[in-house]
Amino acid sequence: MTALLAAGNSAASDGPSGYDLTTFFIVIGVILFVLMIPALYRVVMGPTAIDRIVSVNVVGTKTAVLIIVIGSILGKVHMYVDFALAYALLNFIGSLAASRYLRKTRPMGGGAEPIPTGTTVSSEDAS
Amino acid sequence: MGYFIDFIAIILILSGLTFFFGAAVGLMRLPDFYTRMHAAGKGDTLSTLLILAGFAIHELNTMGQLGAVVSVVVMFKILAICVFIMVTSPTSTHALMEAGYEDGIEPLIDKDGVDCLAEDFLPGQAVRSRPAGQKSREL
Repeated sequence: MTALLAAGNSAASDGPSGYDLTTFFIVIGVILFVLMIPALYRVVMGPTAIDRIVSVNVVGTKTAVLIIVIGSILGKVHMYVDFALAYALLNFIGSLAASRYLRKTRPMGGGAEPIPTGTTVSSEDAS
Repeated sequence: MGYFIDFIAIILILSGLTFFFGAAVGLMRLPDFYTRMHAAGKGDTLSTLLILAGFAIHELNTMGQLGAVVSVVVMFKILAICVFIMVTSPTSTHALMEAGYEDGIEPLIDKDGVDCLAEDFLPGQAVRSRPAGQKSREL
């Protein structure tokens, strides 16, 4: 597979000295994908909704990195870098919209209704 | 010179993978919502910055079919993604943490039963329930 990829794009992925980093980049991409699995575990098993949103945010950021890795493997980073930029922007917009949806108070601070006080502080054990 | 640039790129990418390994383990193993948020925010941001910086440095070394100008432009685009993620990832983590606290997710409490986040959000209430002379914010 490495020879196939390097045969198609040898001028794009070779360094000036003739060596090749394509195999290294394939290994990096596989390791990134494997390390996304704990985040997916937290998406499935997370006790709260915001755990799931944070894990989806982590997976989305790493997907932007993985798009760059795929572009480097294929020798077309000049095309894939725009995809990665758009993906990172949409990921940020999505997580920010989810956080604004889940807040109880008003978003911009002014005119916020007070938080109910009995729900947050548990101080029965204070001596 | 090419060997040296690629050596720095490989070092940056491998250190970024190390930090992402820490973020993944913290996201899976830590006991609390806020500690998981800590691991996700810091480890994810730093590992993304390091890996993308490695690829940006490597891009200087590949003068491909399209010439040196395209390589420099692509390097600056990858650095733009770096700056963008460095700004937006802590912002979204902070916004999600605020949303989680106001949604009523209980943080871990210290040995006196004091909610250590409450004095940021509800000033005065958590300080009143802490005994005098106690050091604040220890978990």
